[in-house]
Amino acid sequence: MSDQLTLTPNIAGADDFYAELLTAHEGLSKADSDALNARLVLVLANHIGDRVILSQALAAAALKSEE
Amino acid sequence: MNKIFEIPLYAYERSPDQDADTPVRRKVVVVGAGPIGLGAAIDFAQQGIEVVILDDNDKVSFGSRAVCYAKRPLEILDRLGCGKPMVDKGVEWNIGKVFFDERQVYQFDLLPEGGHEFPAFINLQQYYFEEYMVNRVRELQAEGAPIEIRGRNKVLKVEEHGDHASVLVDTPEGQYTLEADWLVACDGATSPIRAMMGLDFVGRIFEDNFLIADVIMDAEFPTERWFWFDPPFNKGQSALLHKQPDGVWRIDLQLGWDIDKEEEKKPENVIPRLKAMLGDDVQFELEWVSIYTFQCRRMETFRQGRVIFAGDAAHQVSPFGARGANSGLQDTDNLCWKLKLIMDGTAPESLLDSYDYERIHGADENIMNSSRSTDFITPKSEMSRVLRDAVLDLSEVHAFARPLVNSGRLSVPCTYDGSPLNSADALDGPARTRPGSPCPDVPLGDDFLLPKLGDKFTLLTIDADAPDEIEESGITVTRLALSTKNDPSQMLKERFLGGAEAGVYLIRPDQHVAARRPSYDDNLIRAAIRRAIGKE
Ligand SMILES: Cc1cc2nc3c(=O)[nH]c(=O)nc-3n(C[C@H](O)[C@H](O)[C@H](O)COP(=O)(O)OP(=O)(O)OC[C@H]3O[C@@H](n4cnc5c(N)ncnc54)[C@H](O)[C@@H]3O)c2cc1C
Repeated sequence: MSDQLTLTPNIAGADDFYAELLTAHEGLSKADSDALNARLVLVLANHIGDRVILSQALAAAALKSEE
Repeated sequence: MNKIFEIPLYAYERSPDQDADTPVRRKVVVVGAGPIGLGAAIDFAQQGIEVVILDDNDKVSFGSRAVCYAKRPLEILDRLGCGKPMVDKGVEWNIGKVFFDERQVYQFDLLPEGGHEFPAFINLQQYYFEEYMVNRVRELQAEGAPIEIRGRNKVLKVEEHGDHASVLVDTPEGQYTLEADWLVACDGATSPIRAMMGLDFVGRIFEDNFLIADVIMDAEFPTERWFWFDPPFNKGQSALLHKQPDGVWRIDLQLGWDIDKEEEKKPENVIPRLKAMLGDDVQFELEWVSIYTFQCRRMETFRQGRVIFAGDAAHQVSPFGARGANSGLQDTDNLCWKLKLIMDGTAPESLLDSYDYERIHGADENIMNSSRSTDFITPKSEMSRVLRDAVLDLSEVHAFARPLVNSGRLSVPCTYDGSPLNSADALDGPARTRPGSPCPDVPLGDDFLLPKLGDKFTLLTIDADAPDEIEESGITVTRLALSTKNDPSQMLKERFLGGAEAGVYLIRPDQHVAARRPSYDDNLIRAAIRRAIGKE
């Protein structure tokens, strides 16, 4: 893999994933949902590991388009 | 001027059945002359089966209802002799735009796959759709086909008797009883027949209301689908603008749950909403306004002895993704050939178990897809909205988020994976034509594949030898021999062979694949035929 964050569609079965994500939040209070999201970010970040990619991801989430 | 939906298309006429001393027995009685009942009846009549349609009304669909029809139902309708007029009249579209708040976040092109006779989708008012089907009924009658529509014949009572069913029918001239070897209930989402039989209809109600308006305007809007999430003119809600023929536009406005439906429907309340959306200077006229609450639910089984349910009576979906009429036509496409074989004594009655299996599979897929779209469009929790808005914000900047935006997924036919009628896949071919799949179309010179398959069992051979005709268990299977040597577009190869050198496909009357192999094998193909008619 390159040291470039993937910003093109990359999830096979995107609707299935999104439904699973919503299901994970079902029935949680807003505070519990926020906490779940925070944990999810950290789990995914650890999986990625690459510091360069993680910085790019932070920029992407801030809605900065790649220069 | 009278509109088509104001004219009685099948006015009440007295039938001799009303004067019979003992109830008359018909082969098939279809209840409901909506798109699905008409589709079923045309299919039966084309196969020479006597059919009577009863409808409590005498006009086409009332209210703003279906607008989008997908490729597979159009292919089915073509086989029923009314697909082409629909495509000629309908509007085709490929470009969709998605707006969030005040801005357009992105636009997409459906980029339909080439090599199909029918488009991916057309937009057409449901009243035209039904009118063309009624025209087809008239055409069949003129040819002497045994098909009849009885307007203002309302079913009051139904009884299932094991080897037939009977209905008590109310007409402007009193009641009569009619018997049927088979009763097909296509009486819509509120199915009185389902209620009379005390059958459940379980699922989800979405706590929301939608104002659905059809407006006639001379507007500059292009032939595109525009969808708004949380627009300034309908804060916190959604909106849709879609074109239909004759300068009619479909507008959906989400209204929320706690509203007064009767108030909201009044023109003095509707018009300001539409002006806020369209701009003050756009001239328009209201053709129709309805308010709907959407639901996703289905019956536990679609058959009760001699009474079979199809269309909205059997399953209801929210309209996002245009799956109602589209999937209902796949029900009758699945049902009619099976019932024909059973009536002829060629197949056992248990073949109908596969109708339940296959169409419940289809209904569940449609319910899942339209529930997901509805959840995205109308988030039901704060976090669901936060995630939805995050997807929309990201979609403006990053392409990866666009497939997650869900304002309705294109209706595609389901593959009957695991159906008891399928034989094990014996070809190393493309996944899209595995057993259970609907055959994709392929250009064949100036012609196309699907019309050649028609509505009988076919043995499609590609670069393979086989007998021209096979007789098995009362079924005649005719061979259609094709070759990749006459396949300039390579689509036959791509869609049916993939990496394989040659292929032999057994195709059912509803154009779904029953079996496929690399070459003809008499024993195995005969077994596959028996299996496809429920005899193995
Ligand atoms: C806003 C909206 C948008 C939609 N958009 C789409 C779309 O884009 N694409 C799509 O595919 N679908 C769409 N649908 C769904 C589509 O309209 C329905 O799926 C379709 O009409 C179902 O057809 P049907 O024949 O099963 O039932 P219906 O069309 O409801 O017909 C039932 C018939 O049965 C008759 N009947 C009822 N009771 C009796 C009785 N007791 N005796 C005799 N007759 C009786 C009725 O008069 C009626 O004619 C939409 C629906 C809505 C509400």
